[in-house]
Amino acid sequence: MRAAVVVFPGSNCDRDMVLALRESGADVTTVWHKDAELPQDLDLVAIPGGFSFGDYLRCGAIAAQSPICRAVVEHANRGGYVLGVCNGFQVLTETGLVPGALMRNSGLKFLCKTVGLIVATENSAFTSSYAQGSEIQVPIAHHDGNYFVTDAELTMMRDEDRVAFRYSDNPNGSADSIAGVLSSNRRVLGMMPHPERAIEAQMGSADGQALFRALVGQTIAA
Amino acid sequence: MKAIVTVMLKNGVLDPQGEAVKSALGGLGFSGVNGVRQGKVIELDLADGTDAAQVDDMCNRLLVNAVIESFTVDIL
Repeated sequence: MRAAVVVFPGSNCDRDMVLALRESGADVTTVWHKDAELPQDLDLVAIPGGFSFGDYLRCGAIAAQSPICRAVVEHANRGGYVLGVCNGFQVLTETGLVPGALMRNSGLKFLCKTVGLIVATENSAFTSSYAQGSEIQVPIAHHDGNYFVTDAELTMMRDEDRVAFRYSDNPNGSADSIAGVLSSNRRVLGMMPHPERAIEAQMGSADGQALFRALVGQTIAA
Repeated sequence: MKAIVTVMLKNGVLDPQGEAVKSALGGLGFSGVNGVRQGKVIELDLADGTDAAQVDDMCNRLLVNAVIESFTVDIL
């Protein structure tokens, strides 16, 4: 599997993302936000966390208009896999690849802690090695993770089984406790928690590793 | 010419910052503040003769997230 991790000014956990994918068997490169093209024959683009462009205007809004993001949207429209974590999730909502928007946490505080996530569907390349309904432990680190979506879109996403993860104890006011959502073709996942920060027991949890292994394994098989 | 874009959260979208400001005003002893909504103002310095439709396009494509925000434009 060939994967690329996008780096913006202000990205963080980009190297953690590279490591998580590489340890799961992917061939990983990084791409700069000013690049207008992705590497050839790419299976996955990962958009990491951080504070791209200082969160100016809105979180992810400027990044979503960068040259590389136009290529990411084309990649997704061709049926390519995209994983957006934290700021990457915010970027994905700004590009419209996944529905909704991320607003300031309801408690107004930056939250940095490990939280429980309920796997809401195992029907995706990202979640297929988790048991539906099981709880995993993954860290969050965000100020703007309060997921907002219209009632009509929320109903649609429930009907289409597109909620990937829910918080077991909603930390930020997200609608329906949603922590991660899938695109309609189930190949784009946006999530606020950081699975790349939970791939070894010494990191406090290794529960994120299964996401990367499933994703890399599935795309090799395909 | 200038355009003043006022961006507000849509009605029905909870504004936690506005709620915090409301609570702080109450703490200062100001009674009768029934609600606070916080938005932002973006001032655009434009070439003379810029079409108002072009400003709307700027709002829709970058300045405003239509999922959660609404906007008004005043051309000066």
